[in-house]
Amino acid sequence: MAINTDKNSYTIIFAIIMVVVVGSILAFASQGLKGDIDENKRIEKQQNILYALGINENDESSVTFVSKSKVAKLFSKNITEQLVIQGTDVTENNEAYLIDVKKQKALAKDPSYARKLPLFISESKSGTYYVIPILGKGLWDAIWGYIAVDKNMVIKGVFFDHKGETPGLGANINKRFFMDDFTGEHLNNASGKFTGVVVTKGNGDPRNNNKIDNKVDAIAGSTITGNGVTSMVKDELKLYIPYFKSLKNN
Amino acid sequence: MGLLSKKDAKLITDPLSDDNPITIQVLGICSALAITAELEASIVMAVSVMFVLGVGNVVISLMRNIIPSKIRIIVQLIVVATLVIIVDLVLKAFAYELSKTLSVFVGLIITNCIIMGRFEAFALANGPWRSFLDGIGNSLGYGLILILVGFFRELLGSGTLLGYKVLGDPIELTGLYAFGYENNGFMLLSPMALIIVGLIIWVQRSRNTSLIEDE
Repeated sequence: MAINTDKNSYTIIFAIIMVVVVGSILAFASQGLKGDIDENKRIEKQQNILYALGINENDESSVTFVSKSKVAKLFSKNITEQLVIQGTDVTENNEAYLIDVKKQKALAKDPSYARKLPLFISESKSGTYYVIPILGKGLWDAIWGYIAVDKNMVIKGVFFDHKGETPGLGANINKRFFMDDFTGEHLNNASGKFTGVVVTKGNGDPRNNNKIDNKVDAIAGSTITGNGVTSMVKDELKLYIPYFKSLKNN
Repeated sequence: MGLLSKKDAKLITDPLSDDNPITIQVLGICSALAITAELEASIVMAVSVMFVLGVGNVVISLMRNIIPSKIRIIVQLIVVATLVIIVDLVLKAFAYELSKTLSVFVGLIITNCIIMGRFEAFALANGPWRSFLDGIGNSLGYGLILILVGFFRELLGSGTLLGYKVLGDPIELTGLYAFGYENNGFMLLSPMALIIVGLIIWVQRSRNTSLIEDE
């Protein structure tokens, strides 16, 4: 049986069937796997927050999160308090880590909206640290991360990730050699004013021995991703400054 | 007789040398430029393309008699995009870590011209088994060049291979760096991939002069 595949009616019917079939396959796949995917994303958030605090299973050069089986326990043990800061209101919320930072950032374009800012506090014998989620733009797509600081705005640890930066260049922001440089770096300048950390090239300090210069060494060939990290750290942390000021006054 | 007849075996071996998709057919150059700054990314891309091209070729080949010729390119594109998205979703659900490494490549695979090129040139005119072999052969040829380029770019650009510091540490000044060796930052930029591909084409054509086109 030969079908005349050149007929217009055949072409249209074929296109319709194809769209319906492919559409339903994709819809089924997406709906059927949604539960698993969302769960993975939730676990990843907890892993990222713990990573920024320095709780991970890294060996010498790898980036290894705590395992899935341990993450829930470690998260509730180490994150002693989860806050949501909205304007001047500070409320406790045990699901603050599920707040969609991207959505909040979009809503905040409307100046009358006070953005919900999640903050995770880890209180232990070794000190009190504050983990702040950050979100910004790289070269191609979104970059985000978590940054753990103490109350004097000295970085305890960071975690960065990206959606689609160039492999081998900007994508390296989630590698140890880049993230580790931030540890110990001061976010305030010498006179105690918040300035952030600048990702810069040619500061002659590739090992980042100088922790008070507000600078870390950039990745060669990925200037725009690096600038994205700089402004992401600065713009997002800036929003939390009033909260840190109120800490000092108490 | 072995598993493959001589004719079928040629489908695998030809793209590795005299009919290489990158150096001879000049397909898939864009991804060869984009992701070869690191050897690991090259390998991941090569494996992903092998999967998509192998399966995609079979699907298109099975559909070859019912696809209306007027919209065949669109149909091909839909098949690739669907395959890639399903793989991406399954990985996200069951191998989340792996899916994060691959997410960057999803878009690059869909638009990879090798895939469209082989659908159009081979799968539309051949049976599923031969199309499968053609897909595997071409993606092997593609992967071979990707890995070669990735090898040189990572070695000369960052002094590492698969992330291991094979030439010593540029900051601690050990290994080669102790003698004043410097990494070549140019290697990390895309144009160098094109130059390396050019060098490979040059070597290949000087070894096999029958590949040189007549003036």
